[in-house]
Amino acid sequence: MLAFLIRRLLNAAGVMLTVAFLAFMIFRFVGDPVELMLNEQATQAQRDELRVRLGLDRSFPLQYLSFVTNAARGEFGISYRNQQDVIVLIAERLPATLELVLVATVLSLAIGIPLGVYTAIARNSWGAQLLQFGSVLGVSLPSFAVGILLILVFSVTLGWLPAFGRGEVVQIGWWSTGLLTPSGRMALVLPGITLSLFQITLVMRLVRAEMLETLRTDFIRFARARGLRARSVSFRHALRNCLMPVITVTGLQIGNLIAFALVTETVFQWPGMGLLFVQAVTFVDIPVMAAYLMLVSFVFVALNTLVDLAYAVVDPRLRQDSVKHG
Amino acid sequence: MSDAAPLLSVRDLRVVFDTRRGRLVALDGVSFDIAPGEILGVVGESGAGKSLTGTAVIGLLEPPGRIDGGEILLEGRRIDTLPPAEMRRVRGRQIGAIFQDPLTSLHPLLTVGAQLEETIRTHLPLSRAEAKARAVALLREVGIPSAETRVSQYPHQFSGGMRQRVVIALALAAEPKLIIADEPTTALDVSIQAQITALLRRLCRQHGTGVMLVTHDMGVIAETADRVAVMYAGRLVELGPVDQVVRAPRHPYTAGLMASIPRMGAREAVLAQIEGSMPRLGAIPPGCAFSPRCPSASARCTAEVPALPPGGTGAACWHPVAEPAHV
Repeated sequence: MLAFLIRRLLNAAGVMLTVAFLAFMIFRFVGDPVELMLNEQATQAQRDELRVRLGLDRSFPLQYLSFVTNAARGEFGISYRNQQDVIVLIAERLPATLELVLVATVLSLAIGIPLGVYTAIARNSWGAQLLQFGSVLGVSLPSFAVGILLILVFSVTLGWLPAFGRGEVVQIGWWSTGLLTPSGRMALVLPGITLSLFQITLVMRLVRAEMLETLRTDFIRFARARGLRARSVSFRHALRNCLMPVITVTGLQIGNLIAFALVTETVFQWPGMGLLFVQAVTFVDIPVMAAYLMLVSFVFVALNTLVDLAYAVVDPRLRQDSVKHG
Repeated sequence: MSDAAPLLSVRDLRVVFDTRRGRLVALDGVSFDIAPGEILGVVGESGAGKSLTGTAVIGLLEPPGRIDGGEILLEGRRIDTLPPAEMRRVRGRQIGAIFQDPLTSLHPLLTVGAQLEETIRTHLPLSRAEAKARAVALLREVGIPSAETRVSQYPHQFSGGMRQRVVIALALAAEPKLIIADEPTTALDVSIQAQITALLRRLCRQHGTGVMLVTHDMGVIAETADRVAVMYAGRLVELGPVDQVVRAPRHPYTAGLMASIPRMGAREAVLAQIEGSMPRLGAIPPGCAFSPRCPSASARCTAEVPALPPGGTGAACWHPVAEPAHV
């Protein structure tokens, strides 16, 4: 188990170092940051002085090393555009993105699981067939199109929900939340739906497939033969058996949601990390881009590693295997 | 025992599967009774329709299978036409079921107690505490040691034999009058099979529960059952008291079955077998389904379907094996 743990963590560290290398390369490919930071009248002495201050006179491996060690401490330098610490900028935007992802995840489970159960139990009804067809649309419609469509209907035509922004937010320490004010909650609805639509269909299809398999098992047949209520057979007995893969996939998808929140945030002008990144791209604000890249990959790698470790805890065969080889 | 008013009465049961390639008749003209407290053994090869008969009785046929004719009466009340919600209340409360594989019959993620309590509270108006007490009592009754602690364990913490005991406790949870036991010992070790069979027999005698015991194991039937029904290709071919059917079978198929059981002590180089194999459902021959394999088949056998003699006991055969003189 320990060998497995160490191997997993080494893997994770390897991936992060590679991502850090790519992020670091952006700096070098985009050109000389000194040229970007100083105006044209700067003297050669000023340029050299800045170059030394930024550590750009050192060798390539040394620069990479200092980038990695700084990144590990959460230091990504100063934004070219705002002249603020990048990590402060990101910390400001992080709550908005995480709240959006949280809402999308909750929506995808709250809607996707019942729909999945329904489409499995009544798989020949027209309602279930329609949902199956609809889920193909949900998977294939790009989220910017969904977002714009929702804005058109619910904000522009009906005027029920705000089309952009977070509404009023409440500060709790460094965390700003929109969940505690009515306008904040209203503002979460459309982006939440937009971001979760793909997830809902994913959860629905996953639950449906797992349910169809479980409904054929002997223990469900035996539960029916004991005259248990249909609702209990479906939800207490069958669904319980389907939840493991749903939890796994949902956990892994949180990384995806954070990354793909970028599009939704742009459509709804949501002040989250994604929007920060898009603005950074427009202004070639490389420290912000690099920090965002590192952060999103960290979330991905962390989630994957946690899921792998959870599997090893749950499945004794995986542990045995690691002992044998490790 | 068959003079008592029947607990279960199946009349001319016909089950069909509507498939794309036409209608398959899986059960045809199946009729039998089970008296209160009686154990009826149902034997036959795989695919003869034994399990299907049990499934039809508890109303759990899966589409495309459906009952196409006949009737099923439980204590004189017709149950094959009940709406699903009412049939659900019959299942568990009046008809219990035990399936073949105790390893897969229990929900792996619910404790044994939770499964028992849910079954009890679904059918009986008991409080949570009363249901729990009854769950422990049931486990004790089926012979599970230290039932008080076992009740809060998960199925994987029980051995195969112990799990089948739990399954029996679940089937008996609401004191049904009839139990359909579908190959209850097939998946178990031989040493445990006898224990489970004895347990089932004892409990049913004590509670006056009728049992339809589906199996292909003639040994289990001979030890346990009061009467035997022999099935072949979806039809009942012989029905009678267990001694009579085992010792003096009337139907050539039953006779062949009995002859194919190896006897202890007799050193036979070649085991007796019935030539050929049971027809597939789509290719059942006209007349007697056994006629192509039957040593005494005549022209009549391939033209007319034989029926069980009036009264429902005996062989459905035009040329039954002669009764031995001493019976």
